[in-house]
Amino acid sequence: MEYLPNIIFALALIAGIGFFARNVKKLTRNIKLGKDVDVSDNKSQRWKNMARIALGQTKMVVRPVAGIMHVIVYVGFIIINIEVLEIILDGLLGTHRLFSPLGSIYDFLIGSFEILALLVIVAVVVFWIRRNIIRIQRFIKPEMKGWPKTDGNMILYIEFVLMVLFLTMNAADFQLQQLGAEHYHEAGAFPVSQFIVPLFDGLSESSVIWIERTAWWLHILGILAFLNYLYYSKHLHILLAFPNTYYGKVKPQGQFNNLESVTKEVKLMMDPDADPYAAPAEEDAAEPEKFGASDVMDLNWVQLLNAYTCTECGRCTSECPANQTGKKLSPRKIMMDTRDRLEEVGKIMDANKGEFVSDGKQLLNDYITPEELWACTTCNACVQACPVSIDPLSIIVEMRRYLVMEQSAAPTELNNMMSNIENNGAPWPYNQMDRLNWVNE
Amino acid sequence: MSEQLKVKTMQEFMAEGKQPEILFWVGSAGSFDDRAKKISRAFVKLLNKANVDFAVLGTEESSTGDVAKRAGNEFLFQMQAMMNIELLNGYEIKRIVTCDPHSFNTLKNEYPSLGGNYDVLHHTQYLKELIDKGRLTLTGDGYKGKRITFHDPCYLGRANSVFDAPRELLAKTNAELVEMKRHKKTALCCGAGGAQMFKEPEKGDMDVNVLRTKGALETNPDIIATGCPYCNTMMTDGIKAHEKEDSVTVLDVAEVLANSQGL
Repeated sequence: MEYLPNIIFALALIAGIGFFARNVKKLTRNIKLGKDVDVSDNKSQRWKNMARIALGQTKMVVRPVAGIMHVIVYVGFIIINIEVLEIILDGLLGTHRLFSPLGSIYDFLIGSFEILALLVIVAVVVFWIRRNIIRIQRFIKPEMKGWPKTDGNMILYIEFVLMVLFLTMNAADFQLQQLGAEHYHEAGAFPVSQFIVPLFDGLSESSVIWIERTAWWLHILGILAFLNYLYYSKHLHILLAFPNTYYGKVKPQGQFNNLESVTKEVKLMMDPDADPYAAPAEEDAAEPEKFGASDVMDLNWVQLLNAYTCTECGRCTSECPANQTGKKLSPRKIMMDTRDRLEEVGKIMDANKGEFVSDGKQLLNDYITPEELWACTTCNACVQACPVSIDPLSIIVEMRRYLVMEQSAAPTELNNMMSNIENNGAPWPYNQMDRLNWVNE
Repeated sequence: MSEQLKVKTMQEFMAEGKQPEILFWVGSAGSFDDRAKKISRAFVKLLNKANVDFAVLGTEESSTGDVAKRAGNEFLFQMQAMMNIELLNGYEIKRIVTCDPHSFNTLKNEYPSLGGNYDVLHHTQYLKELIDKGRLTLTGDGYKGKRITFHDPCYLGRANSVFDAPRELLAKTNAELVEMKRHKKTALCCGAGGAQMFKEPEKGDMDVNVLRTKGALETNPDIIATGCPYCNTMMTDGIKAHEKEDSVTVLDVAEVLANSQGL
């Protein structure tokens, strides 16, 4: 029975990581439902972007208050992981504070973890106040009702509790060290949790051990649970921000892709030698490619990765000229809808042995309305604002393409504009022969 | 009505067996829109003053297809692009300058993969080059004592990171440059992009151009300068919505320069 805790710990760890791996597999499968897109270019620029934007948080600090708070939570998350490593090894090996032979380095590490933990608590409280008391505009937009709001708060609660457990565990440990309890040799520095110690005054050694063990177990089990919460949450960004900034747009923001399928057809149309009655070549006999996107499978996989990476911060929406002037378009909603629909498609596949069976729904109309799509000015403010290189505009354009090229469903004025271009080479009904008249007016 | 502009077409250059230094891509707005035509004229006055050997396509020019592309009509865009590329490549055009950031963006970024590779400049970049090379010299006090705020066109600024050329030109007129709260990378759109110019806005509680001009007016400007014919229209309308058309003028950077030289 001596090894019972070790075994329980190992089982919990395997379960936690195993369940997470299963979700990662599902996540990867869903992202791969997207069309292929060539992202093998500009490798060094891509690595730089990842280092600068994800690792360096450069776009977060554009808004200093939220940015600096976020950096604290982010650094806290990364650094405290060293402590999690120790906890995992202790749990498996039945040791206590395995890294303590590092001596003064260990003291320094534990001390800085404690300070970070306190700062994380402060940041999390500030975040909560911003969301729930100050109610900053971008957190209370219509798309944030229900689960997104709960999710946002839930993350803050979990982080708060984890940090409190971490500090409680350290405080109890510190108390036990001073009491000279068995196994609790002197190790670590406790600049923050020392202030919790007086709460344990008068408690017996066994009670304090019980507190220490409980906090230790809840802390690590909480971390494993949080890991598995990610897939269901906007918090997935802590992992996906890295690949997403790598695969993000490296071309000038104004450059939209040219559809190759269209190029082929236009070249054929303009080729005077082409035989319009020729039988289609063997490989063309397949169903003609759909132009634009009406559902998530029509988007490319980077756009789907974008959707899973979105952490619903709403910076895009708060910079969007359409949204600012009361239109229905919200770039954040475009991303949230894409993810929700993709999840729905994934669930249908799970229920049908990996095959997608149409549910009569699609991204267009059932999630995103044409009214939203047509309100976009393609100004790229949303793309610029995103701290993790998400491109909502590319999805909007892809869906406009479907509306126009597959459904001829552009607003009437735009149809007029386009027939003008077709007929006289200008968006207005002026004769091409008058193009030079401005010189003499 | 005004002095004669010297404008030659590519056909004329071909007939003479010559190549121009640059092709001035006038664009549909610059050719047909009454307000934008003045911008074309102002730019040509500066080109004439600097003795630039430039050509236009004239009646051979056609829409770049940019607005069709933003609206989602990739077919129409690529048709237009390929026709234009055939023409431009036929004339062996190397350098293109345009006053329209939308043409600038698509010619520069979206034409290459369809076979059209040119050195494309916005007119503010080219004017700056002319001044830097000493081909165009500005004299006099210009706009000394006037406050100018520059509205960044999305497809020039954010989309292609051209922020400095227009500002440096404006500074050369001795005007006092004032920045709006949202400028350069975070500039607010005028509301015309993405084919909005050609349709009514969706239902909302305000028009984008009214919001943008509000931001511009907060700087207390005498002139709102911009570098895009569509922004120009939107800002002009916005000024009217704020009933400030008597005290604030909306001008293109080329017009500011030409005016400052009495052209």
